[in-house]
Amino acid sequence: MRVNFTVNGRRHEADDVWEGESLLYVLRERMGLPGSKNACEQGECGSCTVRLDGVPVCSCLVAAGQVEGREVVTVEGLADFAAHRSEAHPGTGCASGACGTTVDQAQRWKAKPTGEETRDTGELSPIQQAFIDAGAVQCGFCTPGLLVAADELLERNPEPSDADIREALSGNLCRCTGYEKILDAVRLAAARADETV
Amino acid sequence: MGVTGSPTNINQGTRTKGGIGESTLRPDGILKVTGEFAYSSDMWHEDMLWGHTLRSTVAHAEIVSIDTSEALATSGVYAVLTYDDLPTAVKNYGLEIQDTPVLAHGRVRHHGEPVALVAADHPETARRAAAKIRIDYRELPVVTDEASATAPGAPLLHEGRDDHHIGHVPHPNIVHRQPIVRGDAEAAKARADVVVSGEYVFGMQDQAFLGPESGLAVPSEDGGVDLYVATQWLHSDLRQIAPVLGLPEDKVRMTLSGVGGAFGGREDLSMQIHACLLALRTGKPVKIVYNRFESFFGHVHRHPAKLWYEHGATRDGKLTHMKCRIVLDGGAYASASPAVVGNASSLAVGPYVIDDVDIEAVALYTNNPPCGAMRGFGAVQACFAYEAQMDKVAAELGMDPVEFRQLNAMEQGTLLPTGQVVDSPAPVAELLRRVKARPLPPERQWESAGEHPDVRALPGGLSNTTHGEGVVRGIGYAVGLKNVGFSEGFDDYSTARVRMEVIGGEPVATVHTAMAEVGQGGVTVHAQIARTELGVSQVTIRPADTAVGSAGSTSASRQTYVTGGAVKNSCEAVREQVLEIGRRKFGTYHPAWATAELLLEGGKVVTDGGEVLADLADVLEDEAVDVELEWRHRPTEAFDLRTGQGNGHVQYSFAAHRAVVEVDTELGLVKVIELACAQDVGKALNPLSVLGQIQGGTLQGMGIAVMEEIIVDPKTAKVRNPSFTDYLLPTILDTPTIPVDVLELADDHAPYGLRGIGEAPTLSSTPAVLAAIRNATGLELNRTPVRPEHLTGT
Repeated sequence: MRVNFTVNGRRHEADDVWEGESLLYVLRERMGLPGSKNACEQGECGSCTVRLDGVPVCSCLVAAGQVEGREVVTVEGLADFAAHRSEAHPGTGCASGACGTTVDQAQRWKAKPTGEETRDTGELSPIQQAFIDAGAVQCGFCTPGLLVAADELLERNPEPSDADIREALSGNLCRCTGYEKILDAVRLAAARADETV
Repeated sequence: MGVTGSPTNINQGTRTKGGIGESTLRPDGILKVTGEFAYSSDMWHEDMLWGHTLRSTVAHAEIVSIDTSEALATSGVYAVLTYDDLPTAVKNYGLEIQDTPVLAHGRVRHHGEPVALVAADHPETARRAAAKIRIDYRELPVVTDEASATAPGAPLLHEGRDDHHIGHVPHPNIVHRQPIVRGDAEAAKARADVVVSGEYVFGMQDQAFLGPESGLAVPSEDGGVDLYVATQWLHSDLRQIAPVLGLPEDKVRMTLSGVGGAFGGREDLSMQIHACLLALRTGKPVKIVYNRFESFFGHVHRHPAKLWYEHGATRDGKLTHMKCRIVLDGGAYASASPAVVGNASSLAVGPYVIDDVDIEAVALYTNNPPCGAMRGFGAVQACFAYEAQMDKVAAELGMDPVEFRQLNAMEQGTLLPTGQVVDSPAPVAELLRRVKARPLPPERQWESAGEHPDVRALPGGLSNTTHGEGVVRGIGYAVGLKNVGFSEGFDDYSTARVRMEVIGGEPVATVHTAMAEVGQGGVTVHAQIARTELGVSQVTIRPADTAVGSAGSTSASRQTYVTGGAVKNSCEAVREQVLEIGRRKFGTYHPAWATAELLLEGGKVVTDGGEVLADLADVLEDEAVDVELEWRHRPTEAFDLRTGQGNGHVQYSFAAHRAVVEVDTELGLVKVIELACAQDVGKALNPLSVLGQIQGGTLQGMGIAVMEEIIVDPKTAKVRNPSFTDYLLPTILDTPTIPVDVLELADDHAPYGLRGIGEAPTLSSTPAVLAAIRNATGLELNRTPVRPEHLTGT
């Protein structure tokens, strides 16, 4: 079958998709976007987490056909996604805790073209930078899914308590870090956003 | 070459000095947070095929027949391979003993053993074709424990063994046996006022690295193969792969792809030979990626163990003697079992002074899943048992468990049961003091949220199973002893190639090793060492491959010590050559070139007094200095097979934990509130990475204390929970705060005084949690992991 959907602000089309293929498989093997990871392929580890119309989902559990005509954001588009949100919601966005990106906003958003130039760290989203700075990355296999999930948490709840962070990230397994530095990273990203208000 | 995702150089410059001791950031960090870092499962090649492995559905059987005709006839299938298709007389591989079949030959010895391979144009096509392979098994009786493995008439796992352990084992189903005897334990027992013994059971733990076994094999025009793979030791893989393929080692070119964690589980081969066989057969690139179910069968696990210990002590609290017997289940193939036995026996005493010991450790061959390396490697199982014993002896004496440990703690100069003297700092008592002195976390934290309890702070968490009723707190302590580096006389060297040249007017160092970066941060440390030794800011880390000499394994807490030592050594050689060039060019201009101690700092040649003699750019101009050298730590010795005597280890590593738990005694649910660690690291080359290692190791130790276990059916030897749904890993909700206290007491034998750190925290974490649960419940709890039924008696 043929599947059309938007990934990171760009229309993508995939042909000859077998009906049993997951969104994760199509992203990784047909669209050249292997950033979303394949650690368990049964919805337990969260390493394949993407935003589907704004909602964090395990892309391994979403059939590719279900995504027809919809909007997907992966780790590869997270920096641009966050930059766009920052423009749409100056500062940290809304203090109400309900400032998620609407489908309408997501559809108006377009990724910047990617060049070959060396990436400057300034082009990372705040949560990506915080993961590096806090030492939250070791092997890095859980990182893409955690970044998408943590970014969505901070979008909903700019000042999460530790218990909030643990609850929001409980669907993302990490085997390297003992999670302490991941907590640090989310706290750091939240604190930095608070400073810019 | 058409390969997408092949690793490239990583360049890193810093605005600070960026040398050792600083928490410089990972050079691969940006790639990892943007999703661009290519892991072995991300590799892609136009025209590539997908490989799939058909595995045995039974644990022990004769293969009567294999019919691949229907699978071969499936549209989209390019090859189906069985044992009969192996190209050379070498059909087995193994880390130490070549007992593991590449594909089963007439018999399978464990559940999930590879029997056939399929290559097809879509992974699902390969899976479905594999399902059409008809295998007629005639099941054989299974051996699953020491009693069944050594019973009269027990089926032998490997008949006609000719490995170098067969001469000293009491039964052919025992892989290796290592006794360690010192003093006279029986005579010393007579002096004991109290004698305490116990039997302990340690469950089978999985490494559960998140990046599945995977890689891409690309056939080349010269008849060889390029293999991109995630492993812990490229050259060990190469040594095992090439003979099976019938290729010289230089025609199997291996490159390390991104590795999604390892923890010992990638020491043995998994899909490497299989992908190469399919690629060479089809003439096409072949990618293999295990799913999680297959991953549980695709790598060895931590040895489950049964341990019996006896300790005696005098009334004033001094240990008199120790006897123990440790039985490790190695499963169907040897893997790292002999070395695990060496560790379990030589570290069985723990970090205590006991002059009279009688120790025996064995590893079995059974039809259970093969077991081998996992973080802590034989020392973990022993620590669980001897620390339980320490608490029991202290209780028997009416002493405080920490004071009792401190009274018997080893220190620098202690003679170990192997006869080896501990010749660097061993701050065991101090580590215990530090975790004990830490303030305790507040009681009843779930009430801090206000009127309604925050159930997230309670056992059971969001399941909302209690609001504090039946919840009791317990505190437990433990400390452990781990070796660093490969032991028992192994030639444990590493190789580093370092190049220095001027690019764009700036001196740049390039570091090339075959070290497997598996997440630990070795690449960060290599760049730091190059900056410290060569005075540069810009460092390029080349991808790890077999074009450079072996770096040894990313195991045994050894890489910063050994490959770090090799990088330091090669940098020193580069520095000498650079200074020689400088003397040649500029020596006549300043007497200090001949007389002073010269350093490279900030891109310049400076005297130890700080006087600048020349810019490195002017010294080197368009010359490059390029050095590749092997480096070795001081040698070790084998343990005597009868007495266990020998200077077997390179270095020792120590960590202590205090666990605070809260237990819902009605439902048997445990919440670990805090797991504080103190560890001596010698010298923290990168403090941020050190903390990450200690916290990660601590949590893996907690996992085997309260949830992680591969369940193997004792009747069928089949694995019952090969998935992340059924094999439970700690989530961030299950995880306590992990405060860490780092000591830096230099080991003068090691580069920069550093101490290998990765494994020690995995040892003491488990027994500390168990001790805390015992403290909370009053239960004996002689097995780990603890499950709810062990706490409720249901």
